[in-house]
Amino acid sequence: MPFDPTLAAIRFGYGLSPGVAPPASSASMLEALLGPDSAAADWPIPTYSTLIPATRNLRSLTRERTRARNADNPTQLAELASKVSALQDANRAIKVSTFAHTLIRGSWSADAFRERLTAFWADHFTVRAAQGMLQHLVTPFVEEAIRPNLAETFPQMLRAVVTHPMMLSYLNQNTSVGPTSRAARGGRRGLNENLARELLELHTLGVTADYGQDDVRELAELLTGLSIDENGDFEFDARIAEPGAETLLGTTYAAADSLDNIHAALDNIATMPATARHIATKLAVHFVADTPDSGLVDAIAATFDATGGDLMAVYGTLLAHPAAWQPTLAKVKPPVAFITSALRALAVGPDALTGLANGEWRKTMERPLRVMGQDWEKPLGPDGWPEDAAAWITPQGMAGRIDWAMSAPEVLRPDLPDPRQFVRDALGNLAPDAVIFASQAAETRAEGIALVLTSPAFQRR
Amino acid sequence: MDRRKFLRNGALFGCSAAASPLFAPIAFASAPWDNRLVVIILRGAMDGLDAVRPVGDADWAGLRPTIGGLPGPDLTGFFALHPALAHLMPLWRAGEVGFAHAVSTPYRDKRSHFDGQDILEAGVASLTGGQRDGWLNRLMQTVPGISAETAFAVGREQMLILTGAAPVSAWSPEARLRLSQQTRSLMEMVLHDDPLFRSASAEALAIVDSIALGSEADDVAADLADSPMMAGVTANGDHIKLAEFAATRLRGETRIASFSIGGWDTHQQQTGGLTRSLTALADTILTLRAGLGPVWEKTGVICMTEFGRTARENGTRGTDHGTGGAMVYAGGALRGGQVVTDWPGLAEADLYAGRDLLPTRDVRAHAGWIMRGLFGVAGTVIENAVFPGLDLGADPGLVL
Repeated sequence: MPFDPTLAAIRFGYGLSPGVAPPASSASMLEALLGPDSAAADWPIPTYSTLIPATRNLRSLTRERTRARNADNPTQLAELASKVSALQDANRAIKVSTFAHTLIRGSWSADAFRERLTAFWADHFTVRAAQGMLQHLVTPFVEEAIRPNLAETFPQMLRAVVTHPMMLSYLNQNTSVGPTSRAARGGRRGLNENLARELLELHTLGVTADYGQDDVRELAELLTGLSIDENGDFEFDARIAEPGAETLLGTTYAAADSLDNIHAALDNIATMPATARHIATKLAVHFVADTPDSGLVDAIAATFDATGGDLMAVYGTLLAHPAAWQPTLAKVKPPVAFITSALRALAVGPDALTGLANGEWRKTMERPLRVMGQDWEKPLGPDGWPEDAAAWITPQGMAGRIDWAMSAPEVLRPDLPDPRQFVRDALGNLAPDAVIFASQAAETRAEGIALVLTSPAFQRR
Repeated sequence: MDRRKFLRNGALFGCSAAASPLFAPIAFASAPWDNRLVVIILRGAMDGLDAVRPVGDADWAGLRPTIGGLPGPDLTGFFALHPALAHLMPLWRAGEVGFAHAVSTPYRDKRSHFDGQDILEAGVASLTGGQRDGWLNRLMQTVPGISAETAFAVGREQMLILTGAAPVSAWSPEARLRLSQQTRSLMEMVLHDDPLFRSASAEALAIVDSIALGSEADDVAADLADSPMMAGVTANGDHIKLAEFAATRLRGETRIASFSIGGWDTHQQQTGGLTRSLTALADTILTLRAGLGPVWEKTGVICMTEFGRTARENGTRGTDHGTGGAMVYAGGALRGGQVVTDWPGLAEADLYAGRDLLPTRDVRAHAGWIMRGLFGVAGTVIENAVFPGLDLGADPGLVL
C-alpha cells in the first residue's frame, strides 16, 4: 500500500498546515522520533521534578497559615495568605502555559507523530491530580515519565510511569501499607489495590486477559513500598512494604522487600503476550479505526512479542501495514486534537496562544473543551478518554465544536485566511466538493472557516 | 462486547438517538415513568450545620460563635433555616421542601473533594472496586424502554452520576449554536454524507430551536413570568439557566435530569460565601418549581453534597472539610415540611472523630427510597444494582 503524505499528516499527525510540510515517508517519521526533540527544545515544558519544590513550599506555607489562623494572628495570617495566593497564581500560570505549549507543539512541529504518540501514551497512562495543589503537574508528569521513553521499550516506560509520584498519588499506592509490614504493626492503614488493579486491567494485560482477584491482591502486596517522600519525590519505603514472597500470574517473586523485585515483576508483566495484544489493539484503535483490521493488530502484537516491547519496532510495524493506510478516515479527532489541528491548519502563531490573558484562555480553550466533552487533564477515570466516534459526536459535543469553529479562529487569528485558500490548506487533495463549495458560498470569512472546520472531512482522521 | 469494555471504548457521554434528518424535530420515545427526578450535586461540600441549623441543640451556638449569627426562619423548633434559604419557606409550609440531616455517603476520613464527589456520584462505598459508572446511569440500565431523552446531564460539568452504558443525553445551555439560515443550509450540505455528524448536529439544532421556539420552552417562560415566587430571583445566573433548561426537558419526554452547583467550599468568611451559594440553591429550586408548572406535582428534587463540614468554625470564620451533613429535597411528589434525622447530638463525645457531625444515615438510602417511591424500582434492584451493597433500611417517608 502506498505511503501518502496527506494521509500521514492527518492520521498520524495533527493534520495539514500551510507552514509545515507533511511527512515524506514512513522512514522519515521514524527517523524523526530517534532524532532530537526539537519541539520540546523550542516550546519547553518543565518536568515534575523541577516543579515539585515549589509545591512543597506551598504545602508548608498552607500549614503555617493554618497555624496562624488557629493562633489568631491576623498580621501573620494576611502575610501568609498573600504568599499562598501568589504561589497558587504561579501554579495556575504553569498549568496554562504547559497546555499552550502542548498545543503549539502539535500545531507547529514537523515531527507531529511524536506529539500524537505523547498524547496516546499520556492517555494510556492517565493520571489526574490527586489534590488541588498538584493540578499543574499533569503535563509535567507526561514530560518526565512518558515523552523521554516514547522511542524506548514498553517495560522502560511502564517502570517510569508506575513509580512516578503522580501515578502513585492518583491511584493511592503511596498510602498502601502491607498488612504485616512494620508500619502496619505501628497502626497505619492497610492495603490499597487501586494501582495493582489498574496496572493489570488498563496498563498491561487488559480486562479480557486471564487473571483474577488473587493476582490483583498479590500484585498489590508486591507494590507496597512504592511511595513519595516529604519532598514529593519518589521513594521506596521498606517500612510499608509487605514482607514475604508474592506469587502472581505464575511467577513467584522473592521475599526481599526491594524495588528490584517490583521492577522484575513489572518487566515480566510488560512483555506478556496479553500485554502485547492489549497494546497492539489500543494502538490500532487509536490511530486507524474503532474496529481495526485484525491483521494489523496481529502484526503489531507479533512485533511487540518478538522484540520484548521495543516501541520503535512496534511503530514501524504499524506504519508498514497496508491497513494503516486505508483511505477511509474512520476516526474522529477528540476535542483537544480537533483544536490542535485547527490551529495547525490556520497557522495560528505561538504568540497568539501564549499572549492570551487568563480569562481569554478560559473562554477560548477551557470552557469550549468542557462543552465538547474533554475537560483538559480531567478525564473521568484512569481509563482515559473514549476512542469511539459516537462518544464525541453527540449533540452537545457537536454544538461545542461548531460554536468554537465559529468564534475562536477570529480571536486567535484576526487576519483570517480566505476560506477558498483555507479549504486547500486544511484538507489538501482530500477536500470534498461540498466543502469547497460551502467555503466559497459562506457569507463571511469566519463562517467559511467554520464550515471547513466542522466538516467531517476535517473532524475525522 | 461486555459492559466494561463498552465503557472503556467510550460511551462516556451518551449515545445520540437514531439518525434523523437535519433540522427535523427530535423524535421522542415514550418514557418508562411519568414521575420526574432531578439530582443536583452541590460541589465543594455544603455546610449542612449552617444551611439547616440545629439551634435547639445546646452545643450548636458554642461551636459557631460568629458564623451562625444572623437568625433564620424557624422550621421545627429544633431546626432553623439559614436566612438565605428564607425564600423557600412558602414551599416548606406547603410541604414541598424538606431536609434530611446527619447524612453522608460511606466516604470517611480523607475528606478529599475529588474522591468524595466520585464516591457520591458513583454511588459506591469505595473507589477501589473499579466502578466507573454513575448511580443514575445504573438505574437506567435496569429499566427497559428508555431512550437517550429519558435522562439529561445539564451543564458543561461532566456528570459522572449519569455516565455509563445506558444512553443519556447531555446539553450545556452555554452551547449557543447561533447560525444564520445560510450557514445552516451550507452546514447541512457539508455534513450530509456522514450520518453520525448529520444526526448529532440535527439534534443539537433541534435542542437549540426547542429552547428558542418549542412549546415546552414557551410554557416554562410563561410560567416563570407568572410566578409570584420568582419576584426575588435574579434571573441571569448559570444555575438559573441550568434549571430553566432542565425544566424545559422535563416538561417533555425527559424523566431524569442532573446538574451541579458549585461554591460550597467555605473555608473562610462563610457568612458571605454560603449566603451566595444558598441563595443560588433556593433560586434554582424556585425556578424548577415555577418552570415545571403542572409537572412539579410529579417531581422530586434531591440536592446532595460530597460531605459536610467541621462542627466547629475555624479561625477564619469558615469551616473545614467534615463528614456528616444535610440533604435538601423538594418537589410536589415528595413529602416536605419535615427534617428527617436520627440526630446524633453535637457534644464533644457525639462528634465523628471529635470534629464532625456524626452521620447516622447513608444519604444513598434516602435517594434509594425516593427512586423506589417515584419510579417503583424494587428495593433489591436499588441495593444490588443502583447502590451495590447498600442497606436501604427503614422507609424514611420522603415520598407522598
